[in-house]
Amino acid sequence: MRERIVASAKKKTSKNIKGKAADSKSVSNSNPEPGIEVLKKYYRDMLLIRRFEEKAGQLYGMGLIGGFCHLYIGQEAVVTGITAAQDNTKDTVVTSYRDHAHMLACDMDPKGIMAELTGREGGYSRGKGGSMHMFSKEKRFFGGHGIVGAGTAIGAGLGFAHKYTKDGGVAVAYMGDGASNQGQVAECYNMAALWDLPVLFVIENNQYGMGTSVKRSSAGTLYRRGEGYGIPGEQIDGMDVFEVEVAARQALDYIRSGNGPYILEVLTYRYRGHSMSDPAKYRTKEEVASFKEERDPITAVKDMLQEKGVEEAALKEIDKEIKQIVKEAAEFAQESPEPDRKELWTDILVSEEA
Amino acid sequence: MPTNILMPALSPTMTEGNLAKWLKAEGDAVEAGDVIAEIETDKATMEVEAVDEGTLGKILISEGTEGVKVNEVIAVLLEDGETANDVIPTEAAASSAVEESQTAKDPSTSLGVAGEAEQPAGAHVEDRDILYHQGVIIEPPPFDEASFTDMYEATVREALRDAMAEEMRKDERVYLMGEEVAEYQGAYKCSQGMLEEFGAERVIDTPITEHGFAGIAVGSAMNGLKPIVEFMTWNFGMQAIDHIINSAAKTLYMAGGQLGCPIVFRGPNGAASRVGAQHSQCYASWYAHVPGLKVVSPWSAADAKGLMKAAIRDPNPVVFLENEMLYGEKYDNVPSSEDFVIPIGRAKIERSGADVTIVAFSIMVGKALKAAEELAEQGIDAEVINLRTIRPLDRHTILESIKKTNRIVVAEEGWPFAGIGAEIAALIGEHAFDYLDAPLARVCSKDVPLPYAANLEAMALPQAEHIVEAAKKVCYK
Ligand SMILES: Cc1ncc(C[n+]2csc(CCOP(=O)(O)OP(=O)(O)O)c2C)c(N)n1
Ligand SMILES: [Mg+2]
Repeated sequence: MRERIVASAKKKTSKNIKGKAADSKSVSNSNPEPGIEVLKKYYRDMLLIRRFEEKAGQLYGMGLIGGFCHLYIGQEAVVTGITAAQDNTKDTVVTSYRDHAHMLACDMDPKGIMAELTGREGGYSRGKGGSMHMFSKEKRFFGGHGIVGAGTAIGAGLGFAHKYTKDGGVAVAYMGDGASNQGQVAECYNMAALWDLPVLFVIENNQYGMGTSVKRSSAGTLYRRGEGYGIPGEQIDGMDVFEVEVAARQALDYIRSGNGPYILEVLTYRYRGHSMSDPAKYRTKEEVASFKEERDPITAVKDMLQEKGVEEAALKEIDKEIKQIVKEAAEFAQESPEPDRKELWTDILVSEEA
Repeated sequence: MPTNILMPALSPTMTEGNLAKWLKAEGDAVEAGDVIAEIETDKATMEVEAVDEGTLGKILISEGTEGVKVNEVIAVLLEDGETANDVIPTEAAASSAVEESQTAKDPSTSLGVAGEAEQPAGAHVEDRDILYHQGVIIEPPPFDEASFTDMYEATVREALRDAMAEEMRKDERVYLMGEEVAEYQGAYKCSQGMLEEFGAERVIDTPITEHGFAGIAVGSAMNGLKPIVEFMTWNFGMQAIDHIINSAAKTLYMAGGQLGCPIVFRGPNGAASRVGAQHSQCYASWYAHVPGLKVVSPWSAADAKGLMKAAIRDPNPVVFLENEMLYGEKYDNVPSSEDFVIPIGRAKIERSGADVTIVAFSIMVGKALKAAEELAEQGIDAEVINLRTIRPLDRHTILESIKKTNRIVVAEEGWPFAGIGAEIAALIGEHAFDYLDAPLARVCSKDVPLPYAANLEAMALPQAEHIVEAAKKVCYK
């Protein structure tokens, strides 16, 4: 019988990340403070996501982006912290339809992402995937999946391949709080633990699955759902990018040492509606405002930088650079032509016959 | 009255087995529940228990006898006061249903003609896949099947195993995953010996979680592996249909060609025998509906081997629909060459004929050939096409046949509505309307969930006689 070391963090009770900024600071206390360069990188990466998403929202409003468009605003610290802890030469990533930020974090080209949102030839899938379905084999980003819960199984499969080929990679599989209730998630916890698959399951608990709060959808505690399978779990503050990175680093070390999967439940909040068309009547304005005003992950890092004496001007410089990147992406996404008509018929099958 | 002890069936599809061992001797007293003998098939071994008490009067089938028919009397149990002299040997009490299915499944009926029918030459076509999806009628890929002359004997089950094993030896990325595939050697023994040869890293027993392991297999395929996923039966594959369609079939397109999913989903499809509605369904038309999938359904052992090898080598997701009733069928004409890879998208003319075309796949091919023989006796010369691939459908071969015979019957085990027959009817309506001398006829399962009762089940499933009737109808005879 195999005994597993279960991370001590597992014993923590569920946290309340609402409001109180003091909460988050106390957690990072046990870890060395990030230096200015690290903070600047966080700031830059998170700001890119925020500005990109804001621009996507604008283009949607202008009718340039169609269908569903799920923005990540408010959750930037999650993917930024976790990606910072990855081995980005071999780890693989998969997520749901709320995927723009994950692609930016994977170092995919903002132009290609935005052009996919507008359904143009220059998009990552040449306009055939859209906001929810984008991939980059080169950057080891495996989608972009529109079916709630599917990405988790695919993530476990990415991990299966890492183990099979012994390439040392870990699969990072993101899911929402809503997705965590899917049957296939439980199925994959079991198999991932049974086979010691190198998978980091990240639950982005933004407290709602569309209009249903976690309280109304989920029994128990999400990070403890792996307990019966022997998967260590941990709940962390997803509005604190440094805490996320530190926890992810520990989790990835644990996984990379051959111990099997790990669950990180990251408490976060989305400021916008579920998708562009969501009036968000299921929560109060005050609730949203409390997060924006007291817990914003970007403001927190900005404050830390300023506390460390970084001049406003230096931050403005970063803002400007990001603005430019996003502007160029938006321009590209509008200038890039629609896909050629013959694209309709290509990529249905991998063709072998010449 | 002496009680007959009959050869039991280990499964609904078993028709015969071997009497491995007698554990009681003539003259021994037996209690109800005593194990008196051991029997075995190629799939399993089972103990035979006495259902009554008495004395084992006479052993009629000796130890080591092979091919003992189900329901044959193997021994006689005597009550107090009876002697072995009271025993009157009885004929095997085989039910007519069993007899019928045996004849229907006898491959020898077809072997004679299989090699003779002339096959379309086929052609290399540029942009074949694009043209296919656009609905253009294109010649099937060329394949010189007659050039494979070195044959061996194998059951369909063994042929599937051989194909998987050959491909796994060739390509490290190929692995087999599913419930009971490893230690148990396959729920239907299709992976016999594979765990021993390839080890537990490549032949993997899963928990009973189809949705989850299908997703894991798809993820691993996206990340460079070539999984073969066995569903214990396709009925359980329904739990995984989301990953088959949404994750496996659509990714290449949604990724603009960057990222495909080379994977085989396989397992028995269609009705077995007396297993009721939830375990008896043909999924051919379900999966054939989906662009991005290939759907293959073998009939013979050679089909099974050549198509399985093709499916594993194919860089696309392939749904591979087997049939439990066919697993035990033995053929002596399975090509032994490692290069025997049947092109996906190419049908086979199993029997050439001039009067009517019968299109079938999987188990219905055997029934179609049987029907063709009966029709021949009645003066109707039927051509039998074994589709082998459902998607991409070999439309060309079907249409060429109709142009010759001007009459067509489509036989399938699925339901009629939106079935493969319906698709072929549309194909003919669009492309061969003027060639028809009679409306197309479909032979399908009745439009009901498959009943359990033997008589109702027999009524619900399409049989050779239904094909005969349909063929006569389209020939106005
Ligand atoms: C299987 C399935 N059921 C329902 C939906 C519709 N749907 C899309 S997103 C969503 C909510 C998911 O919430 P969560 O997992 O918390 O992710 P979040 O949107 O908060 O990032 C639902 C129900 C779907 N896409 N897939
Ligand atoms: Mg959520």
